[in-house]
Amino acid sequence: MRVERSREDSAEVNAQAGSPPIVIRPSRGWVPLKLEELGEYRELLYFLVWRDIKVRYKQTVIGAAWAIVQPVFAMVVFSIFFGSLAKIPSDGMPYPIFAYCALLPWQLFAQALSASANSLVANERLITKVYFPRLVIPLAAVLTGLVDFAIAFLVLLGLMGYYRIFPGMAIVTLPLFLLLAVSTALGVGLWLSALSVQYRDVRYTIAFLTQLWLFATPVAYPASLVPGRWRAIFGLNPMVGVVEGFRWALLGTGQAPGSMLAVSATVVAVTLIGGLYYFRRMEKTFADVV
Amino acid sequence: MSDIAIRVEDVSKRYRIGQREPYKALRDSLADVLSAPFRGLVSALNGRRAPAVEADVGPSHIWALKDVSFEVKRGEVVGIIGHNGSGKSTLLKILSRITGPTEGRVEIHGHVGSLLEVGTGFHPELTGRENVYLNGAVLGMRKVEIERKFDEIVAFAGVEKFIDTPVKYYSSGMYVRLAFAVAAHLEPEILLVDEVLAVGDAAFQQKCIGKMGAVATEGRTVFFVSHNLPSILSLCERAILFDSGKTTYHGPVREVVSRYVRSSMCGPMVNLTVADHHVAGDGSARITSVRIESASGEAAIRRAARLKITLWYRSEGPLRRPNFVVSIHDFDTRTAIFHLESVSAGLSGTLSSEGSVVCVTEPLNLIPGRCYLAVELYRGHIMADYIPSVSYFEVEPDDSDDRWSAVPRESAFCTLEHEWTVEGA
Repeated sequence: MRVERSREDSAEVNAQAGSPPIVIRPSRGWVPLKLEELGEYRELLYFLVWRDIKVRYKQTVIGAAWAIVQPVFAMVVFSIFFGSLAKIPSDGMPYPIFAYCALLPWQLFAQALSASANSLVANERLITKVYFPRLVIPLAAVLTGLVDFAIAFLVLLGLMGYYRIFPGMAIVTLPLFLLLAVSTALGVGLWLSALSVQYRDVRYTIAFLTQLWLFATPVAYPASLVPGRWRAIFGLNPMVGVVEGFRWALLGTGQAPGSMLAVSATVVAVTLIGGLYYFRRMEKTFADVV
Repeated sequence: MSDIAIRVEDVSKRYRIGQREPYKALRDSLADVLSAPFRGLVSALNGRRAPAVEADVGPSHIWALKDVSFEVKRGEVVGIIGHNGSGKSTLLKILSRITGPTEGRVEIHGHVGSLLEVGTGFHPELTGRENVYLNGAVLGMRKVEIERKFDEIVAFAGVEKFIDTPVKYYSSGMYVRLAFAVAAHLEPEILLVDEVLAVGDAAFQQKCIGKMGAVATEGRTVFFVSHNLPSILSLCERAILFDSGKTTYHGPVREVVSRYVRSSMCGPMVNLTVADHHVAGDGSARITSVRIESASGEAAIRRAARLKITLWYRSEGPLRRPNFVVSIHDFDTRTAIFHLESVSAGLSGTLSSEGSVVCVTEPLNLIPGRCYLAVELYRGHIMADYIPSVSYFEVEPDDSDDRWSAVPRESAFCTLEHEWTVEGA
């Protein structure tokens, strides 16, 4: 007991002399998030995003155009099958722009989700050889998706010009919906990435999960198609709020998403905070298990 | 007390055996959960208690480290020596915060940089320039710092012409040189290094050791894990000897190395693994084991003994135009004393893909002291394998003839049989 005391004292003396010592102890159970440490490692975060963007389209012929090809083709297919053949209503908008406006946040979400869920396993070498807050890795994976989003957004602007649709003041709320989409991807991605270190099954569920999730999100159809009494449950899927929000902010369809958005935001907050704590709890085992 | 850089107190690390397997399928865990109540039931029926969840030392756990304590003072250069699996690398992982200890406490005063591998984070698709920035950031350098040292790094690696070429087109030598160059320009207060000096050709290794020596003289604390005893001897003042997860000795480097050498000298036969010793060469043929003994069959190697060195090798196909090169080095100064090679001695032709060759020497006439071998294998002019230090052995004085026992190793390595006559008297 006495010995322990004097050790603590000496540590205090040291702390006063210079920067505080790093103390490494076994940690068990739930631990504080220590998000401020992320600030120290922001340059690493920047370089990881930069690496992923640089590498993504290396040795491809059309390069960054891939960011446009995917949503545009999805739009064409959706317009033919759901718009022209199935005659799904589109809130009075031309179907192509109605679909593209939803595909944009959807692709961002789906890409960010699968990238972050696989990120820890993909960066195994880094995890077993260098220390840094592990949170940097899924975060970088999510942020990388924003670049593709920005490129594909230009196409949307072109489409809006073509159809002569001009957004109203509501467009200022767009970043809010973007934040919601990114947070959803990060929240779910954190859970899945931490799980996938231990259980590689997760990798196989992701494609399947995003496919099901696409049908539960009003990308190909308007949310107004869902009967009123199911709306609250529908709103539990945060991507509903995101997609409807995008359409409202850019095309002016429907009404300002109110209560449904509140439900979505709550769900995201719970997933994200839970995901952060779960990730931190599992973090210490990553290097031993991955 | 503020001159302490690293303090390790009773640190232990337990691994579950099987935990290091690549992964666990979810269904295994589900099966565990489902069968757990039944296991409890079965043991209850058998009148035994169910095993405790946190079994301390079960057959399924191993202690990679057990109650390790030591202190490193600021500015000290400390070597860590031990056989494979003695816990050296686990200790480094704990100190660099990659994995946590199971028990105990570590206190580190100062900014830590760790080099557990050369080229961590290198991406083959990126150019040399891009990888310098990426790798620098991964190792904890600031962008401005990398920018400042960029030219120096590139010059050190000697890849100026290829700096804008993707590293996947680099030769393995260039790749490793660039990777080491970035690491060598890291300037933390405390540097943790694991075996990374074992890269590149002999000349580049020499350059690396020189750079590490310079780092050490700048007053930084260096913690250095290596199999390469000569480089530990030349870099470190103090060393810690690890054996099966425990520190067995901590003291001046010469004493620690002597103890280690004595413990590893017990058998004349050394089996080599790729991870420890094979430093250079294209790997198309490898030396797998080395045995050194006295040709007379005597247990000790004495001053006038003829040496018998056996090399086992394995190659990808028939071994054409092989040249086995063995050099005998003085342990303390690392100077090569003798150079032996099979081609010059008349061994030629093609050998089968696996086998052994034996070299028997003339009487050595070595002054008593400690030596080691360096072994190389060439196919024609291509280096296939290079092991810089292996088979430590002690040359003992002759029983019958102690004429040269009084000569210390410092003044000469060997003697010659010779005659003296008086002329013109």
